[in-house]
Amino acid sequence: MTEALFGWPPPVLDPAGPYASSVTILAWALFAIGAGVTAIVVAALYVAIKGRPALKARLGGEKTVWIAGIAFPVVVLTVLLVWGLALTARLNRPIDGREMRIRVSGELFWFRVHYLDAQGRVALRDANEVHIPVGRPVVFELTSADVIHSFWVPHLSGKKDMVPGRVNLLRVEARKPGQYGGVCAEFCGRSHALMGLVVVAHGPDDWQRWLVSRRAPRVRSAAPDRGAALFMQSGCAACHRVAGTAANGLAGPDLSHVGARRTIGAGIMPNNRGTMIGWIGDSQSIKPGNRMPNYDMLPAQDTAAVAAWLGTLK
Amino acid sequence: MNGGGIVSDKGNLFHDLSAVSALLLIAACKPPPDARWSADPAAAGRGRVVIERVHCAACHQIPGVDWPQGETGPSLEDFGDRGPIAGTLPNRPDVLAAFVRNAPALKPGSPMPPMPVSEEEARDIAAYLYEAKR
Repeated sequence: MTEALFGWPPPVLDPAGPYASSVTILAWALFAIGAGVTAIVVAALYVAIKGRPALKARLGGEKTVWIAGIAFPVVVLTVLLVWGLALTARLNRPIDGREMRIRVSGELFWFRVHYLDAQGRVALRDANEVHIPVGRPVVFELTSADVIHSFWVPHLSGKKDMVPGRVNLLRVEARKPGQYGGVCAEFCGRSHALMGLVVVAHGPDDWQRWLVSRRAPRVRSAAPDRGAALFMQSGCAACHRVAGTAANGLAGPDLSHVGARRTIGAGIMPNNRGTMIGWIGDSQSIKPGNRMPNYDMLPAQDTAAVAAWLGTLK
Repeated sequence: MNGGGIVSDKGNLFHDLSAVSALLLIAACKPPPDARWSADPAAAGRGRVVIERVHCAACHQIPGVDWPQGETGPSLEDFGDRGPIAGTLPNRPDVLAAFVRNAPALKPGSPMPPMPVSEEEARDIAAYLYEAKR
C-alpha cells in the first residue's frame, strides 16, 4: 500500500498498462493545453494593461473576439473531444468472456479475492493480494459484502466502485511485471484509510510457477505443531480458512498462503514475524474498528507460536 | 539526618551510613547525563527509516511514530532511562542492537522474533531508541 500512495513518480502518472496509460496521456494533454491557454491569457492581460495603444485597440477589436474567443475554443475543444473519446474508447470495449476473471469483494476493511475458472467457479481463494499475468487482459468482478467500497490500483486503471448486491466489471492489463499498490477509494468507515491491497504482475514463466505452486495440493507436515494446535483451539479457525486443515472459517481472510503474502492487515504492514505477532495481539490499535478482536488473552509465547506457524503457510 | 551533619550523633551513625550508601547506589544506577553515551543523529535518522520499514510499532509504542502504536510488546519510550532490556540484559546500545536483531538468541523464550534487519540497521534502530524523545 505504501507504494500506492508514495514514491516518485506518483502512481497515477506512472501507468503500467494500456488502461491506465490512456488516461494518463489524456491528463497530460489537458494539462499542456491548459498551460498554453493560461499563458495566452496572461500575455493578453499584460498587453491590455501595459501595451501600446495600437495593440490594445487590436486586442479589443471584434476580430479578436471572433478568432480567439469563438473559433479557437470551438476548434480546440472539438478536436480534443474527438481525440479523447477515441483514446479512451478501449476502456469501454466489450468484455468478450475469454479474459481471466478474478472476483474481488470489498469488506470492512480488506479485500476478499477469488480466482474463477472458465466456468465461473471459485478456483483459488486469497485475500488482499492479487496475482495476474503480464500481457493478458484480466477482468475484475467487483462487489462488496457490506458498504460501498471502491477498487483503485492507480498503476493499472481508474477507480471503480464496489457496491453491495451488484457486480461491476473492470478490465485491466499489466504491460510490465511488478508490484502495484491499490487502495479503497470510497470512504467506508473508521479504518478506510487502512484498506489496501497489492497487485503482483508476473512475467509468463513466473506466472506458470505461481499457478503451479498455488494449485499443488496442500501437504501439511504430519508433526504436530504447537502454533497450529493453538490456531485451532483459540478460535482463529472459526473465522479463517487454512486449506488442508480443519480451519474452515469464511468470515475473515483466507490464510492458506498467508506466509507468502507481501503485506498483512490488508496492505498496511510488511509481512514479517513481528508484524504478525503485533497484528494477532493488538490488531485494534493497528487498525481500529476491524472485525478481528485483539488476542491479548493469549500468552505472548502462544501468539509467537501461532505467528510462526502462519509464516510457514506459503 | 540532623541538620548538623552526617555523624552528629553516635546512635544514628549506622543509620546515616546506610542511607548514604543507598543514595550512592541509586545514583550509580544512572550515570550523570554527560557521561551517558550520545547517539549519532545521522544513525538515529537511518534507524527511524528502518523502524518504519519493518514496522516495529506493530507491537511497540515508539516515540515519534504516530501509527501504529501496538501494545503487544512493551512501550519503547525513554529507552535510555529504562532498566534492563527485557528485564534481564544490560541496557547498552550494543546489547540493544543485538536484541533487536535476534531477541531469542539473547533471551531464550522471548516472544519477540528475530527481525529482518542487518547488523548495521539494528545499530541504527538502537541509536534511534536512545535518542528519540516523546
